[in-house]
Amino acid sequence: MKCKNELLYFAFRNKKLVIGLTIFMAFLILALAGPLLTDFEPLDYTGMGSEPPTPQHIFGTTFFGQDVFSQFVYGLRSSFIVGFMGGGIATLAGLLIGFFAGYKGGFIDELLMMLTNVMMVIPTVALLIILAAYLPYRGVEIQSIIIGLTAWPWTARAVRSQTFSLKQREYVSLARITGFSSLKIILQEIMPNMMSYVFMVFILQFGGSILAAVALDFIGLGPTEGISLGLMMQNAVHWNAIQLGIWWWSIIPGLAITMIVGALYFMNTGLDEVFNPKLREM
Amino acid sequence: MSLKFKNLKVYYSTLRGDVKALDDVSLDLKDGEILGLAGESGCGKSTLSNSLILLKPPMKYIGGSVELDGAELPIYDYKKMNDFRYEKISIIPQYAMNAMNPTVKINRYISDLLAAKGMNYSEYEKELKRRMSLVGLDYSVLKMFPIELSGGMKQRMVMVIATLLNPSLLLADEITSALDVSTQKAVAKMLVEFRDRKFVKSVIFVTHDVSVLYQIADRIMIMYAGKFAELGKTEEIIHNPRHPYTKMLVGAMPEVGIKYSRTPLSGIDGQPPLLLNPPEGCRFRERCPFAFEKCLSEPPVAENDEGHLCSCWKEVK
Amino acid sequence: MGNYLRRKIFIYLITFFVAVTLDWIIPRMMPGNPVDAILIRVARMPSQEQTQILRSHLMKSFGMDVPIFEQYLNFWTGLFKGDLGVSINYFPKPVTDIIKDALPFDLLLTVPALLLSWFIGNKFGAFAARKKRMDNWVLPVWYVISAMPYLWLGILLSWTLGVNMNAFPVAGAYSFSIKPSFSWGFIVNYLHHWVLPFLSLFIVQLGGWAIGMRNMIIYELEADYSKYMETMGMPQKLIRKYAYKNAILPQVTGLAIQVGLLVTGALTTEIVFSYPGIGYLLNQAILRQDYFLIQGCFLFIIIGVLLANFAIDVIYVFIDPRIRHSVGGDAA
Repeated sequence: MKCKNELLYFAFRNKKLVIGLTIFMAFLILALAGPLLTDFEPLDYTGMGSEPPTPQHIFGTTFFGQDVFSQFVYGLRSSFIVGFMGGGIATLAGLLIGFFAGYKGGFIDELLMMLTNVMMVIPTVALLIILAAYLPYRGVEIQSIIIGLTAWPWTARAVRSQTFSLKQREYVSLARITGFSSLKIILQEIMPNMMSYVFMVFILQFGGSILAAVALDFIGLGPTEGISLGLMMQNAVHWNAIQLGIWWWSIIPGLAITMIVGALYFMNTGLDEVFNPKLREM
Repeated sequence: MSLKFKNLKVYYSTLRGDVKALDDVSLDLKDGEILGLAGESGCGKSTLSNSLILLKPPMKYIGGSVELDGAELPIYDYKKMNDFRYEKISIIPQYAMNAMNPTVKINRYISDLLAAKGMNYSEYEKELKRRMSLVGLDYSVLKMFPIELSGGMKQRMVMVIATLLNPSLLLADEITSALDVSTQKAVAKMLVEFRDRKFVKSVIFVTHDVSVLYQIADRIMIMYAGKFAELGKTEEIIHNPRHPYTKMLVGAMPEVGIKYSRTPLSGIDGQPPLLLNPPEGCRFRERCPFAFEKCLSEPPVAENDEGHLCSCWKEVK
Repeated sequence: MGNYLRRKIFIYLITFFVAVTLDWIIPRMMPGNPVDAILIRVARMPSQEQTQILRSHLMKSFGMDVPIFEQYLNFWTGLFKGDLGVSINYFPKPVTDIIKDALPFDLLLTVPALLLSWFIGNKFGAFAARKKRMDNWVLPVWYVISAMPYLWLGILLSWTLGVNMNAFPVAGAYSFSIKPSFSWGFIVNYLHHWVLPFLSLFIVQLGGWAIGMRNMIIYELEADYSKYMETMGMPQKLIRKYAYKNAILPQVTGLAIQVGLLVTGALTTEIVFSYPGIGYLLNQAILRQDYFLIQGCFLFIIIGVLLANFAIDVIYVFIDPRIRHSVGGDAA
């Protein structure tokens, strides 16, 4: 009880965590409430093309006269979905594989590590190209799944080494305690110790998935329906937005990504300080 | 000569205030002596040894004078102390097994250490090898990385390195605490040998294990809760302790051959006080069976037998 | 050490095998026959017979007139001979030739960006780790720049330095008017075009390395051996030198991982700047469904990543004595 309150106390006093969380929440709220704030549909032709920000179109319009702000808020949604789903899958897969490899050790460990090494080398792009050919119509969910399934390797390695060190520490007492319900005790004792670590990993995977989705959308391997921030930038570059001076179309989406992912990194460092008293500044 | 300090006060600054870890302690160390410094965890003995060689935040120098070989030891001046470190005063730390850089070859490591002090490795090589064989380390160890050595070997290597420049004062901080009993004896004997061969002038051996001190210390100083408790010859402290704390400490030592089923081993009830706001007067009074009203004020240091100092009101006639 | 290397080589060989197989599968996993896809787009032959001739000709050119398993084996033999088939869109230009043209642009862009950002990032990180006040404000900067998508920084740089200030060109590796040669004029022109894409890759990675190194240095400075050296009156310079030596080891491992991650980043940056590297080539191939070119590009990328990883693993063995003496679990 006291432990939890102490954590919360430090959490709220940690500048990095608070700033990061605030920025993140701000964008999240914008993503959730966004559609209410705009009358336009993202892909509708609503005004004069290539218009700079005006009170009517606060982020300006695209080359074709679409409202950038509408595209932006809908695009934010898909970014958050990818971050959440992709990051979640990557964390979960990495957790399971890493923990299994670390706990069992021996042959299973070797096998899983080999799998991990192979996965690390094969770029996500390759899998998506195949998929792109098979699924001419694909949504954000598929993209999240693929990103999640290719991003887990580094999580697995990190979880594995954590498991190794925890195993060495707790194992002796575990062996002494019980023989048959050791699995339960592992779940109740090792896992909670790793929870803080896992949470931080999830945050990094969240950010990583968002960045991966942006790059993939930009190349043209993103969802075929809807709009995303990466897609906005792809269109902008394709239609020479920069050379034509339509900076709001391409700069704003990327700026949002930078801010969200940056906020996530801040949160991660802040959380590290909260969970690890040694890192707290005096 | 050797080490002398008076009224030494070193506190720790924390978020909640100053912890009075070392509060007005004095000592006259004799030349060629091995002084055992004993007490419970948190009594200030580690603070003492650390403040003598590396006083840095969160430790704060409050007051007191320190002299080594007749000259002032400026423990409060981090930069000036660098001239004394390793050459005049040296330490074998508690973490001796991890004290060397794992990725640097040992001879390279020593050579870097010496070079930083303006000395040449080749000048010291012969002596280094001589001392290594004294502690039972083969010369080939020099070409190895610390990871290739066992824990005991690493500790012995650190002992040799720490004393290579023949410091006036050697601090040994809990060097036997993590060892099994027979290794403890070997290490303790090595320390005595270093002193006998004049590799070091005097030694302060910090430990919570009084039984080891009984084997090698000339004098023992007992500390409690940051304050001085008792000081005297080893024989005196063990067989004729005067301070109530020392009496209970010695009484709490197990002896081989005695069964404790009939006369249970008595510990000391209670906990030492928190040093953030230490109690007035004698800090032991809350656990002391002999406490009386005088103990509410600071006890003076009484010397009832020669060389046997005790900080207790009971000793004052 | 020998054991360790043998294990690593084994894993690399398996990875290579799996990667090449996967790569070979790509065009064949595409729905329909690539040749038929070409025929539909390209050929408007008047007669069935001519279509058939063209079809069998194409099948032969692409090596698809033999059973699947033989195709697979041919792929492997082709690989070792340096023959990766023929491109569909640039027919009949061999894939290897197309890639060879693009490769130097890619390497001259990505390799310096990777290595320079690593070197300089490490130095920055180590420097900031010493001074608390500088660390406090410079760390957020690094977080922000490492959070930028490469492509976005590219867009930003092209907008500010390229279009607005007109200081640098924003497309291509060299001006359309100049022919590639080893003349001074060409080199200057080339470098002029090189700056912005290079910076896009360099700056983002710099942040990442700096943060990593800073954390590693802090960790090393808090280790027991650092504390001991301080207790023994060693100068700060020596302590920092030792800390740096130890902190760099995980950064070397990170370099291997980064090579894999840089692939997508370089790809997107090349698209932004229309820079004729393999990434750009790949993108064009994807858009035009040139399966064999896609296959070739990927193969190149995967092999490149594997080789880089292997080289770094070997180097790592020589710089970390802990591996050489087979102590301690995993290198990374």
